Amino acid sequence: MEKMVNIYLYGKKYEVPASLTIMNAMEYAGYQLVRGVGCRCGFCGACATIYRIKGQNELKTCLACQTKVEDNMYIATLPFFPLVKQPYDIEKVKPTEQIMMQLYPEIYACVGCNACTKACTQDLKVMQYIAYAQRGEYEKCAEESFDCVMCGVCSSRCPAGITHPQVGLLARRLTGKYLAPETQHLLERVAEIEGGNCEAALQDIMAKTAEELKELYNNRDFEQ
Amino acid sequence: MYTQEMLESIKKVEATRAERLANVKAGIHPRRMTAEEKVQVKMENHPDYIASQFAELAIGPNKGEKVPLELAEVLQGNPRVNPKDIDLKKIDYDVDVLVIGGGGSGSAAAIMAHENGANVMIVTKLRHGDANTMMAEGGIQAADKPNDSPAQHYLDVMGGGHFKNVPELVKKLVNDAPICIKWLNDLGVMFDKEADGTMVTTHGGGTSRKRMHACKDYSGAEIMRVLRDEVQNRQIPVVDFTSAIEIIKDEQGRAAGAVLMNMETKEIRIARAKTVVIATGGAGRMHYQGFPTSNHYGATADGLVLAYRAGAPLLYAYTLQYHPTGAAYPSQIFGALVTEKVRSIGAQLVNKDGEPFMYSLETRDICASGVIRECKRGNGVDTFNGGQGVWLDSPMIDMIHGEGTIEKRIPAMLRMYLKYGIDMRKQPILIYPTLHYQNGGIKIGVNGMSEVENLFVAGEAVGGIHGENRLMGNSLLDIIVFGRNAGVNAAAAAKEVKLGKKLNLDHVKSFMKEMKDAGIKTDVVSPKLLPRYTHGNPVYDEPNAKLMK
Ligand SMILES: Cc1cc2nc3c(=O)[nH]c(=O)nc-3n(C[C@H](O)[C@H](O)[C@H](O)COP(=O)(O)OP(=O)(O)OC[C@H]3O[C@@H](n4cnc5c(N)ncnc54)[C@H](O)[C@@H]3O)c2cc1C
Ligand code: SF4
Ligand code: SF4
Ligand code: FES
Repeated sequence: MEKMVNIYLYGKKYEVPASLTIMNAMEYAGYQLVRGVGCRCGFCGACATIYRIKGQNELKTCLACQTKVEDNMYIATLPFFPLVKQPYDIEKVKPTEQIMMQLYPEIYACVGCNACTKACTQDLKVMQYIAYAQRGEYEKCAEESFDCVMCGVCSSRCPAGITHPQVGLLARRLTGKYLAPETQHLLERVAEIEGGNCEAALQDIMAKTAEELKELYNNRDFEQ
Repeated sequence: MYTQEMLESIKKVEATRAERLANVKAGIHPRRMTAEEKVQVKMENHPDYIASQFAELAIGPNKGEKVPLELAEVLQGNPRVNPKDIDLKKIDYDVDVLVIGGGGSGSAAAIMAHENGANVMIVTKLRHGDANTMMAEGGIQAADKPNDSPAQHYLDVMGGGHFKNVPELVKKLVNDAPICIKWLNDLGVMFDKEADGTMVTTHGGGTSRKRMHACKDYSGAEIMRVLRDEVQNRQIPVVDFTSAIEIIKDEQGRAAGAVLMNMETKEIRIARAKTVVIATGGAGRMHYQGFPTSNHYGATADGLVLAYRAGAPLLYAYTLQYHPTGAAYPSQIFGALVTEKVRSIGAQLVNKDGEPFMYSLETRDICASGVIRECKRGNGVDTFNGGQGVWLDSPMIDMIHGEGTIEKRIPAMLRMYLKYGIDMRKQPILIYPTLHYQNGGIKIGVNGMSEVENLFVAGEAVGGIHGENRLMGNSLLDIIVFGRNAGVNAAAAAKEVKLGKKLNLDHVKSFMKEMKDAGIKTDVVSPKLLPRYTHGNPVYDEPNAKLMK
């Protein structure tokens, strides 16, 4: 017999196999999910969940698709949390401290409680990446926040009302566009293509018969 | 946590590792299969070749052609709502360009339609970005290095697709690839680069040059997050938790909008548009032949159903991609993708006795066939519920490239396994093929339009770009190339369309008549929208909701 555990979905008790993830346990219990589910694989951040094990003080957070059920788990999902997103024009912004001050000034109200880091479902150093953002160190902020799935759990715990995932995203876009080194070989190839210099070779290979193409393919050389 | 038997087998893998490593370092790899061997291993093992799993379509533009049983059911299923119950005079959304699907291709299309002056709206099943694009780990191909060229890329794509690809589409794919990488870079996508700006590129299965660009192993997520942010910056409206369930046409038979359904409340809404872009992605959640899948929850081939009913032919709908390395163990991640990058940066496929039974970077169909064959031969490791798998020797990666490589290059993989007590830096992982990608789809021209006028298609819903087999990294590429292309062309076409025409669903009515005439009686309603899982527990399934008046 499969090992079973008791869990409480929105306060109601269900007996479910101990091997299931929280998401699968909800389906086992009969829910057809529409909210709080996306990739089912830890990438999209749709399945933010809050739980507490009976008798323990600590309130825990996780992704429902990535976390196994435990006995006496009290579960509430957080399919939506009101995050703040400020629109901006990526062509016009500059990677200076000003831009954070202008779009997300609340980051300077961080009280250093570290609740965001403790809550992060991806084990990121969230308070740290906010600190980098405050100082305009966008590359560091980008690096530190890179694995963020934008589930919003950190923001739900923040006394300063900060929308961390948007701050990280802005820092990453600034880094990708303005701070990362330019790629010379990419610019050159694009210029070649736009100048029509790759066209002849393409026309040439497209004109090959099926047999010629197969021949070429089967004998092509490989970069080691 | 591995079972005792698995741990025994791991000892055998470890016993052969030193020799295998030495070989790799000396540039000696397990032999690539000859062309004849490839054909044989595929015919005998690949799911696409199991005749009993296919049905012939009795009606519609591809009548007489074979498609997977599950796909035939939805292509020839009943509409969710009877057209006569729908009031097309009450228009809820009125736009130039309607994009169906908020994944990578839909977002790229919307951005470019907006850029070209169109009033554009996205409608999407779940949240914006809950999509296969978000899950792509490995990377995106483009021939942008000096030793490479679009023509070389063309050759790899054609060979990978077994020369069935539509040449004009492949040409556009490879030609626009560097342009699209630059576009993404300029939008702020953080590609892996050397200190001097050189892109870090690797091989993927079937590539002759190292042209796989990546953003760690969050390539798709990074692209999706940026595109979504850009859609929001442009304040393009996104109607979420809403699915298109039918294409609407005008009196000339051109696509002119869609019937929409709220996923939670089942409320019906009508969107009128001058042009429509289908960007609904793949079909993993159809679970063809009972395979597990790597796809997101909403990947149910809806776009194919909508287009088919509207009269647009499909191309190569019989071919699916089974990714050779799905997680075979533990059960919680069954079917989840183990990115090809794990192999491209050095992990070898080995059987239960620690033997490297094939070259690890053959094209995906060949690799999947090889793994299935190895298990059939009794050389697989037993997993759970009667399943099997072979080892992917991940510890080799750090041994080849230095400690910390796994952590740096494939952090998502490492994290996924660590959650279940498996440290892939120290222990190999168990894999088996998983349903991954819809190679075929709706037929389009180079302008992105299907055979129904003003009905454009982009992304995984398209058929023909990848022939019968897509290479890793060419899909993220195609969603950008053809997503942008569809957006530009849909915006241009919208300028030519005059409003004030009569909307109708006559094509749905005649499809229903065709079904009746062909004697098709079925309970299936489509598009499917979402799968239903109960994990073995008996749960009463409410009958399909009907429109209540
Ligand atoms: C795990 C995984 C890893 C991958 N790795 C790589 C890789 O490394 N490199 C690579 O090139 N490719 C990779 N791929 C493939 C690639 O990611 C996808 O093929 C591609 O992103 C598909 O993009 P899309 O926009 O066509 O579809 P999606 O991104 O899936 O978007 C489709 C959207 O349409 C919505 N939708 C569906 N039906 C409807 C409807 N009826 N009404 C409204 N909305 C609807 C969906 O909910 C979804 O949001 C991977 C795929 C997966 C699953
Ligand atoms: S930083 Fe916040 S939004 Fe990002 S993954 Fe962690 S908890 Fe989720
Ligand atoms: S939770 Fe908010 S206030 Fe507390 S450390 Fe994090 S960002 Fe600062
Ligand atoms: S469903 Fe996407 S992270 Fe859980």
